[in-house]
Amino acid sequence: MRFALRRLGFFLLTLWAALTLNFVLPRLMPGNPAVAMIAKFKGGVSPQALKALETQFGVQTHQSLISQYGSYVGNMATGKFGVSLSQYPASVGHIVMDAIPWTLGLVGITTIFAFLLGTGIGILGAWRRGGLLDSIMPPTFVITSVIPYFWLGLVLILIFGVQLKWLPYFFSYDYTLTPSFSLSFIGNVIEHAILPAVTLLITTIGTWILTMRNTMITTLAEDYVRMARAKGLPSRRIMLDYAARNAILPNLTGFAMSLGFVLGGAILIEYVFNYQGVGYWLLAAVDNEDYPLMQALFLLITVAVLVAILISDIATAVLDPRTRDAG
Amino acid sequence: MAMIRPLSAPGPDLPVPVSRLSARSRNPAVRGLQRMTTAIRSNRKATWGFVLLVLFCLVSAFPWVLAHDDPSAMIYPVSLGPSAHHLLGTTGLGQDMFAQLIWGARPVLLIAFGVGLGATGIAVLIGVAAAYLGGWWDAVLNLVVDVLLVIPLFPLLIIIAGYLHSAGTLVMIAVITFTGWSYTARQLRSQALSLRNRDFLEAARVRGERRLYIVVVEIIPTMTSLIVASFLTNALYAVLFSTSLQFIGLGDPTVVSWGTMLRSAENNEAFQTGQALWIIAPGLCIVGLGAAFALLNYAFDEIGNPALRPLRRARVKRSG
Repeated sequence: MRFALRRLGFFLLTLWAALTLNFVLPRLMPGNPAVAMIAKFKGGVSPQALKALETQFGVQTHQSLISQYGSYVGNMATGKFGVSLSQYPASVGHIVMDAIPWTLGLVGITTIFAFLLGTGIGILGAWRRGGLLDSIMPPTFVITSVIPYFWLGLVLILIFGVQLKWLPYFFSYDYTLTPSFSLSFIGNVIEHAILPAVTLLITTIGTWILTMRNTMITTLAEDYVRMARAKGLPSRRIMLDYAARNAILPNLTGFAMSLGFVLGGAILIEYVFNYQGVGYWLLAAVDNEDYPLMQALFLLITVAVLVAILISDIATAVLDPRTRDAG
Repeated sequence: MAMIRPLSAPGPDLPVPVSRLSARSRNPAVRGLQRMTTAIRSNRKATWGFVLLVLFCLVSAFPWVLAHDDPSAMIYPVSLGPSAHHLLGTTGLGQDMFAQLIWGARPVLLIAFGVGLGATGIAVLIGVAAAYLGGWWDAVLNLVVDVLLVIPLFPLLIIIAGYLHSAGTLVMIAVITFTGWSYTARQLRSQALSLRNRDFLEAARVRGERRLYIVVVEIIPTMTSLIVASFLTNALYAVLFSTSLQFIGLGDPTVVSWGTMLRSAENNEAFQTGQALWIIAPGLCIVGLGAAFALLNYAFDEIGNPALRPLRRARVKRSG
């Protein structure tokens, strides 16, 4: 119980830090950038919205910093993120809610797939130590994991989109279609997801392969694996039930954390493919100086990470009692 | 862009029998460097990484040797194909692409080394201080590191750069340094913790040395390998983050760099106009430089953890 409370305390502290960053950053920058933003959107938005903006960013208010901070935290806690300026009069909350499913679908599913596939390849590579797979794997995947997402996306667009014309590479579905739950529409969505998903898969799978391979190698040296061999168990059983099962534990924590990074993890891929998820909107907000939307998305991305860490901490504590005292 | 996070950080450079070293120095820092030199000579990944890195450094130090054109002058016919005059052709804006590529190395390397040194400096300072001072200090510093570690770095960078509008090279170094040091600080702290109760530190305390002396002269030199690994990690992050920021238009557009090249290629629809090289060439350079840092890092990791080293094919046999 004490452990859970301590983790919860850390959760709240980090949440507070992220909130405060959002509050402090625009005020710290040379010549508060919010002034320029408000000047730009003046006339375009209603007087009430303008007033709310001025309060939110501390422009032309006679409030002290502390009372600005108080009302800011109050607004965030009650979910009042304000209106989006670039998509006026849509509310920030509305845009965010529209964006989340697309990112969760594209990046979430790809992350799960990359983890499963990468872990499998890692297990095989470590098991056939010294084999062909094992000797080409490390250098290859060290290199694939430094390829910038956005560049690989561009190259795949060039090959499969522009040259071969096999796959679409713009938006998440053909926007002459109206979204519906029909088979043809879902097929269209999947078709549009292939290139961005492959980009993400290629650039992230290397980490899973190499971490799994490396823990697996350490596990294979354990006495219980030797014992299993001495007992003459079939090698498939030794590989999966004895070695891999133990080696995968530390990677599960990493996997849980990476699920938290899903929302903010593929910003550049969404940008390159104009895929209208969380990352796409974050960059659009930055580009349009739409600071209320930008702040809300940053907060959302951080909260997702925090929740994933909290869940993985508690899950690890439940699965492995030793961590409760050590944590 | 996903990072290879070394599973096991290289161990401290404490007395470890290292064959092939003819004369082992008594100084742990020198010993650490000697170990690395041996590594670069004997580990193929390290050799490749090192050669690549040296190449990129030379190019960025003396770009005029290779490229004779002014990289930003828009004086040539647009979208020429590769020729003897323009090795990679010209961009859609009429610049010489080869000159851009060569001169573009400099800001990227400046950022890589600037962030590598800066972030590692902060990480060493905070990590070692936390571990050595212990108690209340450790608790507070560790909490700061923990909080920074879970705030998503790239979104944070985007936001800061978004407020700043076009970040030049120096601003880029500062922003990435101050947001990015926490991961390596955590690693350095755990290694410094493992050193805390060693005899040679006890001896220094008994001799009555001051704390600062113990940290700077006794602890830090024994951590050379891990400090170099931290530098490589931070430099790699810096290359990927800064080129990404430049690509999405948050860098200074007047700086000739691989990231801004990709930006203008995308803006000018390089693919649709048959200018594939404009996108492929700078990207390959980023991958090359990133691979240099990552290969060196992975190789040092193998050296710290011998089990990971590649087996010689001839020796493979299923034992047991």
